[in-house]
Amino acid sequence: MSENILIIGNGITGITAARHIRKMSSNNILVISSESEYFFSRTALMYVYMGHEKFENIKPYEDGFWKKSNIKLVFDHVTHINTVQKQVNLSSGNVLNYDKLIIASGSRPNRFGWKGQDLHGVQGLYSLQDLKLLESNSRNIKKAVIVGGGLIGIELAEMLLSRNIEVTMLVRESGYWNNILPEEESQMISRYIMQHHIDLRLSTEAEEFIGDENGRVKSVITITGDHIECQFIGLTAGVSPNIDLVKNSGINYNRGILVNEYLETNIIDVYAAGDCAEFQNAILFRKNIEQVWYTGRLQAEALAQTICGNRTAYSPGVWFNSAKFLDIEYQVYGLVNKNIPGEKNLYFENDEGNKSIRIVYTDESVIGFNLMGIRYRQEVCEKWIREKYSIETVLENLGEANFDPEFFRQYEYYLIKKFNSLNPGKNILLRKKRKLVNSLFNNSAQS
Amino acid sequence: MTQNFINIDLPSGNNFTALKKTGLAMLSVGMLFFFISFTSVTEVSPLLFFILSIILPSAGALIFFFAQLKSSLPGVKKNGIQFMSATNRGLLGWTIAVFLTGMYILIYWFPELLENLIRIFDPLSIALTGNPSNQWFLYGTLYTIAVLVMGVRMLIHNRHNKYQIIRTLSVMFVQLTLAYLIPMFIQNGFFFSYFWPLKQEYLFPSSYEYLSASGGVGMFMFFWAAVMSFIATPVLTYFYGKRWYCSWVCGCGALAETLGDPYRHNSDKSLTSWKIERWMVHSVLVIIIIITALLWIDNTNDNFILGEFVHSANKWYGFFISAMFAGVIGVGFYPLMGSRVWCRFGCPMAAILGIFQKYFSRFRITVNGGQCISCGNCSTFCEMGIDVKSYAQRGQNIIRASCVGCGICSEVCPRGVLRLENGPLENRFELNKEYLR
Repeated sequence: MSENILIIGNGITGITAARHIRKMSSNNILVISSESEYFFSRTALMYVYMGHEKFENIKPYEDGFWKKSNIKLVFDHVTHINTVQKQVNLSSGNVLNYDKLIIASGSRPNRFGWKGQDLHGVQGLYSLQDLKLLESNSRNIKKAVIVGGGLIGIELAEMLLSRNIEVTMLVRESGYWNNILPEEESQMISRYIMQHHIDLRLSTEAEEFIGDENGRVKSVITITGDHIECQFIGLTAGVSPNIDLVKNSGINYNRGILVNEYLETNIIDVYAAGDCAEFQNAILFRKNIEQVWYTGRLQAEALAQTICGNRTAYSPGVWFNSAKFLDIEYQVYGLVNKNIPGEKNLYFENDEGNKSIRIVYTDESVIGFNLMGIRYRQEVCEKWIREKYSIETVLENLGEANFDPEFFRQYEYYLIKKFNSLNPGKNILLRKKRKLVNSLFNNSAQS
Repeated sequence: MTQNFINIDLPSGNNFTALKKTGLAMLSVGMLFFFISFTSVTEVSPLLFFILSIILPSAGALIFFFAQLKSSLPGVKKNGIQFMSATNRGLLGWTIAVFLTGMYILIYWFPELLENLIRIFDPLSIALTGNPSNQWFLYGTLYTIAVLVMGVRMLIHNRHNKYQIIRTLSVMFVQLTLAYLIPMFIQNGFFFSYFWPLKQEYLFPSSYEYLSASGGVGMFMFFWAAVMSFIATPVLTYFYGKRWYCSWVCGCGALAETLGDPYRHNSDKSLTSWKIERWMVHSVLVIIIIITALLWIDNTNDNFILGEFVHSANKWYGFFISAMFAGVIGVGFYPLMGSRVWCRFGCPMAAILGIFQKYFSRFRITVNGGQCISCGNCSTFCEMGIDVKSYAQRGQNIIRASCVGCGICSEVCPRGVLRLENGPLENRFELNKEYLR
């Protein structure tokens, strides 16, 4: 018998759940969103603002896909969840019944109660509505201040630069994103930010935003007493779960909606996943609220199994993430900058200081890779970490991991040279440099 | 949009440098002289007007690109491309499309209207070939200048990507030598970089007779054409995919990858257009194979009943496909339908290469694990209209007949997900279950 599956939120989590449930069942699937009629790639909003893409281009599926897949989309806002009668109320006045409810309502930008944070021209960047607001807030302005480092902060800076707007970034940490990035990489990106003529101010925070007579922001005062004039403030000091809709519903929440490893809430047939979910017990070395595109998707895949009768715990495997800082790409696999007891770091940076390879390892095996400006294969790095390959074996075969385009300069040789010089007695040779000849005639899986 | 979006890489509004203004001024004045050269005033000094209306704007454009190089850091240069009138099918885009289309029509069918313009090419033509210029010399020269000048732009915009640098140098070199200088010197209009069925007449019986009559060099050319069409094409496509030709050698590809680069995002990505493309491009291939076969039958059989029909079919093919489609629409519609209209919907060579690429080639675009964020940059900037992200977001290799291997999808991907690769034929289509979404 088919059930009514109701999904709140049409981001990557909600949509992945819907698609996977459709693959495995003939349930009625209904996805509610008040943000957009169709699923779009949130991470790509920046490219619409910068004029690389049209909004149409960031929709992962053609509009006809949903009808063909028999997934019903509702453009409306959930005002209340009644878990007793298994109903949700919508802004339009409609009431929908469900057999199983998935909450994937995402997050929203943090506002830490700064004085003046509600002035015109002060905003975060998360939703499609935020992008539209940014479009009007940034029109004909000369100078912007971004409060907070992190990924959205640097993306917003890049966006504003593309419109010829001067940018100052206020970052609490002593180096850009150095709570996540190791020191050298954080320095590299900090340098690179300044090369782009962004006024990067480290170890400082916003104290207060000052408005003009029209209620529009005109300057910011930092905790160190600096006074910076600007016509726009971007709030990018992290995001928090968007959980207003579960308040007064009986669903337990803390910072996010509390779930177990099966993404089940305290109420039967109600599930939460993605940015809005908070694990009661975090997985080792992971946060209990994961706010990444990839984790939202992986959670949704596990949840879809559970919904379709195959109760499956969320078990994401080797950590990975990727991003782009202005023009420097970033990829990470496994445990990097976690200060694991006994960890060692092998690091190479090119002379220009815009590409690097870092391998984190213990006496036993490699545990992490961090790449800047160089692409590595996820499949290969994960296998080496999962199957506990030794640093020596990994270095010998490092060419297999390189995923840069053809003709790109390869740096594996230099990394190994460094390893050999730091470890007298070791004489590791790069066994297989990725070469065109190899890729032409070699029949192994990697070429 | 009221702001100036041309190559904004540095803030504070002062990146419209004096050097850029100088380049643009030279380009504009040169364009003015180009139009003046349609009048008989060029008789005063063809050389002077060649310098003013051809060299001056080319130099202006080069200075402008050089100024962009100076005022920007290496990296993807796509800011504002969807906002600019010239590139988003706006007023300027339509104007450029009409201008290009009009120039093709004049060159192909009304060269007498270009008489004065043609005359300013005389000094160059006499230097290269010993003969005065004609409309084809004018066409070939402008075409080659476009590839070279816009090739420099491509090199500057992609200077962080060695694949693009080498590939762009390749199309520039091939266009300048094999498709321009050498044919000028040997003076029989034979291009070593075009083959049957793109240059259908190279394997027609008439070519065979003409070339064999001209002795050893002629026989070599016919031999070259046959070897390239029937041996090099399958072998090279097996190893590298169709990119060895379409985005590294071919002259149509050369213009698309240089002059056409600012328009690549205007290609339609819908499933419907993919369907139309498959029907059209393979129909053209079937037609030219039949025409070629019938011409040979006619050649060896005096009483061939279809003789008259096939000669007239060949004429119509020449008019509709080679001139109208490949030339007028193929280039004229760059600003409206993207830079590969002809390659995608019409080129019979691309159709053959595509069949090899799909079923018998080591080439594919590999997807890096589960890292796609469905941002759509790869699809947007695919000049062939392939919805690359629909594969990437599923973790599936991209093996499409139409892919010319330009490598731009891999370049614009902000997460490093795509890589052009040559690998074993086995399991090429097999899905990587671990990352399949």
